[in-house]
Amino acid sequence: MRVALFLTCVNDTLYPDTGRAVVKLLTRLGVDVDFPMAQTCCGQAHYNTGYRHQAEPMARHFSDVFGGYEAIVTPSGSCGAMVRELYPRMGERARAEGRGDTLAATLAPVVPKTYELTEFLVDVLGVTDVGAYYPHTVTYHPTCHGLRSLGLGDRPRRLLQSVKGLELKELPGADECCGFGGTFAVKNSDVSAAMGADKVRNAESTGADVLCAADNSCLMHIGGTMTRLRTDMRPVHIAEILASTEEEPLV
Amino acid sequence: MSGGTFVGMPSFPKAAHEAVHNQTLRGNLRHATHTIRAKRANAVAEVSDWAELREAGKQIKDHTLRHLDRYLVQLEESVTAAGGTVHWAADADEANRIVTYLVKATGESEVVKVKSMATQEIGLNEALEAEGINAYETDLAELIVQLGKDRPSHILVPAIHRNRGEIRDIFAREMSEWGRPAPEGLTDTPAELAEAARLHLREKFLRAKVGVSGANFMVAETGTLVVVESEGNGRMCLTLPETLISVVGIEKIVPTWQDLEVFLQTLPRSSTAERMNPYTSTWTGTTDEDGPQTFHLVLIDNGRTDTLADEVGRQALRCIRCSACLNVCPVYERAGGHAYGSVYPGPIGAILSPQLRGTQSEIDASLPYASSLCGACYDVCPVAIDIPEVLVHLRERVVEGGVVTRDGAKVVLKPAKGHAAERAAMRAARWAFGRPGALRTGQRFASRTRRFHPRTLPGPGKAWSETRALPTVPAEPFRDWWQRTHGGKDASK
Repeated sequence: MRVALFLTCVNDTLYPDTGRAVVKLLTRLGVDVDFPMAQTCCGQAHYNTGYRHQAEPMARHFSDVFGGYEAIVTPSGSCGAMVRELYPRMGERARAEGRGDTLAATLAPVVPKTYELTEFLVDVLGVTDVGAYYPHTVTYHPTCHGLRSLGLGDRPRRLLQSVKGLELKELPGADECCGFGGTFAVKNSDVSAAMGADKVRNAESTGADVLCAADNSCLMHIGGTMTRLRTDMRPVHIAEILASTEEEPLV
Repeated sequence: MSGGTFVGMPSFPKAAHEAVHNQTLRGNLRHATHTIRAKRANAVAEVSDWAELREAGKQIKDHTLRHLDRYLVQLEESVTAAGGTVHWAADADEANRIVTYLVKATGESEVVKVKSMATQEIGLNEALEAEGINAYETDLAELIVQLGKDRPSHILVPAIHRNRGEIRDIFAREMSEWGRPAPEGLTDTPAELAEAARLHLREKFLRAKVGVSGANFMVAETGTLVVVESEGNGRMCLTLPETLISVVGIEKIVPTWQDLEVFLQTLPRSSTAERMNPYTSTWTGTTDEDGPQTFHLVLIDNGRTDTLADEVGRQALRCIRCSACLNVCPVYERAGGHAYGSVYPGPIGAILSPQLRGTQSEIDASLPYASSLCGACYDVCPVAIDIPEVLVHLRERVVEGGVVTRDGAKVVLKPAKGHAAERAAMRAARWAFGRPGALRTGQRFASRTRRFHPRTLPGPGKAWSETRALPTVPAEPFRDWWQRTHGGKDASK
């Protein structure tokens, strides 16, 4: 199976370790991974901030780059939701504005083939035990778009529960937003910071060493808050935990 | 916090700044919203066909809105046939003029009021006061807000931001100014507070000749109005006065009596987490020698038909004011209801106010951004309003302008001021994202200069770095690693 990795612009630029972890993990599971070098950004920041018309060419570019693959895998619930939930909506809006079906037709092929990483592992590859080893206490934060837009359900937790050495702690108020929200974090900084601080306090109350999530943007906000609040916890992307093995453990 | 109006409110982030740092307010809100949140989830989980009820509510409302003209005419005919009089108000001023005229015509100088967000929306109390008419709020929470010279901060629990101690102080200090004083030595136990309010209000109910109410629903086929409530004060207001004036938004209509079946199940469970609310009052015109002998219905538009003209935004008019979205919203929980600058706070207020009032003012232009788009509000909405979708749609209106309907006419809005730098940044980002080579150059530059990156940022980035550490830029972006190693296959390079 030839699968395209849609790493997302944030991960590509700031979190290459997550990208390397996805490659390592999928290769270990027998998947032939490609990284199309022409990929850039799905357009979510533009779309969600109100620049829908600027997001359209970005979505077209995404479809041009990824349209030829059997499956597209991304380690971001939020960017996955952009393609799956909002690309069809962009097509509908273009149609409603009398601009015809071309945008919808261009975007349609990539929509059903795009999977968030944990969804791809559980639904497409049919695995929950990926042979990982990670001897830490972990609490899991289900990010909003993964939880509500994609409906990831208990997939990430099932994957984590199958990791050898990992002890999973329930996060109080898990389904409450961490306060990142893209440009919200800057435009409504006070509220965003208050939400982040509450999330970190809830995570700390579990006694875990690691807060895990399937989205580095949320982890960037949570991790940045942890540093300022001087907690001992670390934010880690789920891909890095699942890629970690006894032979090559994540340190 | 004095004065009852929201005129000249600052933008949401400015208003929220104060609330976020008010520990008492945060504590009050957190306690109240978390309690009701858990109760609502239980009350909803009890119903096996909740998804179907939600869909039915959405469909009924959408159908009604699509044929609103027809149902409103039918309602007017039914109300008139039942002995009532219908008045139409295009905006707040017209509605206030009509109600003031109707009250003056009775020769009275005081009215008792209940269950009317619509009158809060149009500022009726202030308009009446200017004409020498005292309006007394009789819903317990509204009474607390009025006595405290405060503004409502929640749809269902307008005094949610107050705790028992604060309420005791307000009662002890203010009740005598408005009527029967609070009993000597009043404590902050709920029973004592409720009794003080009951005695204070009872005196007003028995004296008042004019009542002003809102309505949760209006039934087109029979001309019946419906109020659902927990306290019974509404029923007092609806039955004791000689004249009843109901002020209702035109979107509160349902076609038939049977349609109520759906909403009388979804509304109480979503709002107070009760299987059924304690009091459901319905009234149809007038009845000889029973209840008010004169009944007026004032139907207000005040931006509603303009909202109806918007294909994406019109779903906000499905709202049945249950407040489930407020109770589950993490932003509302921290920012408080006042920051939304409207009688409609929370997620629904963030999409309703900028549509009813337009996006020109500072507060209205900032409301569509008062959300992290987490989607919890959409999940709990009993009429399935996709609030995040409308928020993003309104953000587009703010930053890009476009064609909107105002006062029934199509107008072209210019982009709001203050977004020029953001627009330029978005354009630049879009340009780079259209060119993988340019993106790569930027990434490499960031990697090579990483040792010189500041720990705090200037400009808009300051808001981030004040409370959160910045991520460190890695030595090598992923795409360079991939190219160098072909995805790790040639890692020795």
